[in-house]
Amino acid sequence: MTQSDPRALKLLSPSLAFILAMVVIPMAFILVYSFYENIDLAVDRAAFQFGNWQELASDGYYHGAIWKTLRLSLIVTVLAAVLGYVPAYVIAMTQTPHKWLLLLLLIMPFWISFIIRTLSWIHIFGSQGAINSLLMALGFTDAPVAMMYNEFTVIVGFIHVFLPYMILNVYVSLDGIDRNLEPAARTLGATPWQAFVQVTLPLSLPGLAAGGLLVFVLTGGSYVTPLILGGPRDFLFANLIYDAIVTELNWPMGATLSFTLLVLLGSVVILYSRLMGLKQLSRALS
Amino acid sequence: MRVWSLLKFYTILVYGFMFAPIVVVLLLAFNDAQFGGFPIQGISLRWFYKLAENDAILRALKTSLALGLCSMVIATTLGILAALALVRYPFKGKDIVTTFLISPILVPETVLAVGLLIFMRWLHMPRSFGLLVLGHSIIALPFVVLVVQARLTGIRTDYEEAARSLGAGPIQTFFSITFPLMMPAVFAGALFAFTLSFDNITATIFWRPSGMETVPTQIFGMLRNSVSPEINALGFVMICFTLGVPILAAGVARYFSKHKI
Repeated sequence: MTQSDPRALKLLSPSLAFILAMVVIPMAFILVYSFYENIDLAVDRAAFQFGNWQELASDGYYHGAIWKTLRLSLIVTVLAAVLGYVPAYVIAMTQTPHKWLLLLLLIMPFWISFIIRTLSWIHIFGSQGAINSLLMALGFTDAPVAMMYNEFTVIVGFIHVFLPYMILNVYVSLDGIDRNLEPAARTLGATPWQAFVQVTLPLSLPGLAAGGLLVFVLTGGSYVTPLILGGPRDFLFANLIYDAIVTELNWPMGATLSFTLLVLLGSVVILYSRLMGLKQLSRALS
Repeated sequence: MRVWSLLKFYTILVYGFMFAPIVVVLLLAFNDAQFGGFPIQGISLRWFYKLAENDAILRALKTSLALGLCSMVIATTLGILAALALVRYPFKGKDIVTTFLISPILVPETVLAVGLLIFMRWLHMPRSFGLLVLGHSIIALPFVVLVVQARLTGIRTDYEEAARSLGAGPIQTFFSITFPLMMPAVFAGALFAFTLSFDNITATIFWRPSGMETVPTQIFGMLRNSVSPEINALGFVMICFTLGVPILAAGVARYFSKHKI
């Protein structure tokens, strides 16, 4: 049993108190507020009634949004894994001394303004975008082809923003693997592919899982990307929260939806921490 | 080896995917045309001049800088103290405390934003600049803790012990030995906190008082119809700035690591 040092508590208490006041207590308030009654725009009454929850349970609009959010988050996660694994592997396995530079270059877009990176896809897929002007210059088409403001552009925008998280996580776990293991498998008669699938891939799964969790949860909680890159039908569950709070000023419903999203994505996090523990996550984030 | 070159080619394509939209913004910033898209009709700096005269954007820039600096100070101070406790002192329940410290990352940002907003409403406190500062600090805090913790682990305690045995008091030891050794960690954490605040839009939209714009919300507001050429110019400035700062930071970090005692 380790002895607790009293100095640790002193150093920790400001952060712990801050998180308690700014995160934990507000989460409790979301739950309390979900039972309040909405009377008019921005006017609500303290109450204990289940009207908001009944609305959530009975309205197919909300169910559709939940389903859409989970589906889109899963698509983005899988695509990010497919796109991110190979570069992480190549960087981890190259012998050049400038490895860190290659990695830095690939995660550099992470530092660039989220909104600029997101809107820049309008310059690629939009009617005045790079692809359309190329097609018109080459004479393939006279009028711009509509490629923008649909689910595809939303997915592309998400992947572009969240891919660095995936690459970094996979890279960290690949970099920690003993370099002698794959050659050892080879000398024992495994083909390169077998050596990869049976040795390297399983050892990099923690990183893949951590990256996947981050991408899934970050996508599932977003609403800005669909607003910028999506059409009217491309909304996620968080967009409904945005609508309820910012547009309709219906605070109790906004609280109800927020608590639902917290439970949905929170259960993914809890499932992950049961399986993998949160250590891997904190390792890659630093 | 053929497979390896295929993998390399794939990697280059991913690099292309990551950089193509950024390059496009950089190019279009110099487009002389009336609209913010292609084709490029000549090179000019006119949109940069327009940008420098845009009061709304300049005001948003001031707000963002002030906000970034305030939240940077709060998040870095709290984060360093917590990271010191995690690295230096034994205590019970370290795993639980670490999980608790990174919990703001695990809560969806939209939910975090609504929660804090509703709490403030219950306290009868309207949206304010102060709310933005506190909110951005809480978003940055876990990242500061993780970054500083990772850097602190590498610092040995021998020097502090030597200073103490030579008669320095705990406070003197902290300021003349520990703190200088911690500088790279402090710098990295502070930079991270500032960037997170400066870049934040998801929570900011909920927390800002009406009429107050940060750079991201200002851009978002200007985006309703199309991408104006001024946004491209602003994008150019922001990209150069955000790429310049980490390169500078990496340089500073290398400087410190080379001159380590």
